[in-house]
Amino acid sequence: MAGEARVVAALGRRSVRQAFRRPQFLAPIIVFPTLFLAVNTGGAGRAVDLPQFPPVHGFLDFQLAGAMLQSTMLAGVSAAIALALDIQIGFVDRLVAAPIARASFVLGRLVATGVLGLISGLWFLTIGLIFGAHIAAGVAGFVVVLVLVTLNAIAWGTIGAALALNTGSPSVAQGVFPIVFVILFLSSAFFPEGLLLEPAKTIANWNPMSLIADGLRDPIISDLSLDKTLEGLAGIAIVASIGAILCARGVNKKLRSA
Amino acid sequence: MAAIEVRGLERRYSDEVLAVAGIDLEVSEGEIYAFLGPNGAGKTTTVRMLVTLLQPTGGTARVAGFDVVREAPSVRRSIGVALQEAALDPLMTGRELMRLQGTLHGLPSDEGRRRGDALLERVGLSLAADRRVGTYSGGMRRRLDLATALVHDPTVLFLDEPTTGLDPVSRIAIWDEVRRLNDDGTTVFLTTQYLEEADHLADRVGIIDNGKMAAEGTPGELKSQVGIAHLEVVIAAGESAKAGEILERFGVPMPARDGRLMVGLPRGAADVAPIVRALDEAGCAVEALELVQPTLDDVFVEKTGRHLEGAADQQHPEQQPAVEEPVSG
Repeated sequence: MAGEARVVAALGRRSVRQAFRRPQFLAPIIVFPTLFLAVNTGGAGRAVDLPQFPPVHGFLDFQLAGAMLQSTMLAGVSAAIALALDIQIGFVDRLVAAPIARASFVLGRLVATGVLGLISGLWFLTIGLIFGAHIAAGVAGFVVVLVLVTLNAIAWGTIGAALALNTGSPSVAQGVFPIVFVILFLSSAFFPEGLLLEPAKTIANWNPMSLIADGLRDPIISDLSLDKTLEGLAGIAIVASIGAILCARGVNKKLRSA
Repeated sequence: MAAIEVRGLERRYSDEVLAVAGIDLEVSEGEIYAFLGPNGAGKTTTVRMLVTLLQPTGGTARVAGFDVVREAPSVRRSIGVALQEAALDPLMTGRELMRLQGTLHGLPSDEGRRRGDALLERVGLSLAADRRVGTYSGGMRRRLDLATALVHDPTVLFLDEPTTGLDPVSRIAIWDEVRRLNDDGTTVFLTTQYLEEADHLADRVGIIDNGKMAAEGTPGELKSQVGIAHLEVVIAAGESAKAGEILERFGVPMPARDGRLMVGLPRGAADVAPIVRALDEAGCAVEALELVQPTLDDVFVEKTGRHLEGAADQQHPEQQPAVEEPVSG
């Protein structure tokens, strides 16, 4: 068990290093969501005056959750591309031919995605605070946001790993980028659910990303609420469960056809 | 105990595609066994089954005493694997990769570091150890791949086309390292499409074609199955008849072509010097003379009815022009 933990940690370190050494893996996690946050906040700041908009200190406070969700979802897609590249160059074969548990190479990638999610959370909360956002729930809220962001990154890492294992193609994984935006816009990540038009409103109501967005946003715009945090965790659990099932199928497929 | 024991091994991808069609082979401990065949013959599929990356659809295989299906983890602990594509992460440094490989094989950190550094030194990559693998040449990558396969001191080493695409100098460096490893007691199973590689390195050669074993034996045994060495001589005009009589004293005349005389030599190269002396004493002017040994390509042609793909690109080491200049006249 300790041996496998050491393997997972070593593979996680390798994946984090890989992200920092290949800018195209890091850019979608930090640069794109930051630019999106800047443009969105600067251009649509008056949205907070709309009648059904929840009470917030500023539009930036509201948008931070969306930026962090976007960042962690893209971290999952980047993980998919990185894992698909590993499959393509045969690096996964090196791992499969070693005496380690089959799940270790996926778990190592998930650990790395979690670390990148944590970095993303720290980045967005820091720039948020610098540019005038408030964390209404204080230090405890700050910690809850970081935990949820990290777990969400891991959940999307499972989706990414499933994508890579089932397709083995970096270009297919890359093609998923636009879908991230569709999923996010059809949730409460960037706008309150009550302000969305049908059918987007109904879809957002069923979209687990809305649960996660609300859970992430809650400590930023109001006092900590256990219900909202649990809702966020439930949303993450739904994503992670889908990812884990597809991932297990992908690992079996990879091992059968390797 | 055989290091590798294969019985009726088969891999079927679909009803139409039978990549490996029930092969048998046995590799003794301490042997270098070359698996020779053209692209698509089934070499890599066989290796992938033996290293537990692919499940056989029929037959059995034991490596280092363990069944590749039922005891796959024990097989993985016993073997070193360097696959065809040199599966190295271009963003890692050589040293990082060696340490990771040590961790994958359960070596404690200190031991992994020590063994990694020693192996980098052994394959001549110490100076490049902290450079990213993406900056390495093809030969350096192959040597690093070989070093990673050795980090846990495996008893059986699998090398899938270890020198494909390498320049001659890098190829020889890999061969030297493989020989050293074998001298240290490691059993080596290598696939290759290079006749020269199989001939120079291997104790025994298995020829695979269309997923089936076409022939197996030592390079000498295989070559002896397809005939004896022969001498091709080009004689100055008007002296062929006299030269032919002399050649007949040394061996069996063979059908000549392009004005050449050919004679089969039961004693091989040992007959060349006496023949040259006899021709010289008889006043026959020899314009060119070439000793031609049977090659593994001849074996391949004999067994499969066609040449090994790419064989023409290689210099056949056995075909040594014994004399380039006229030796008499």
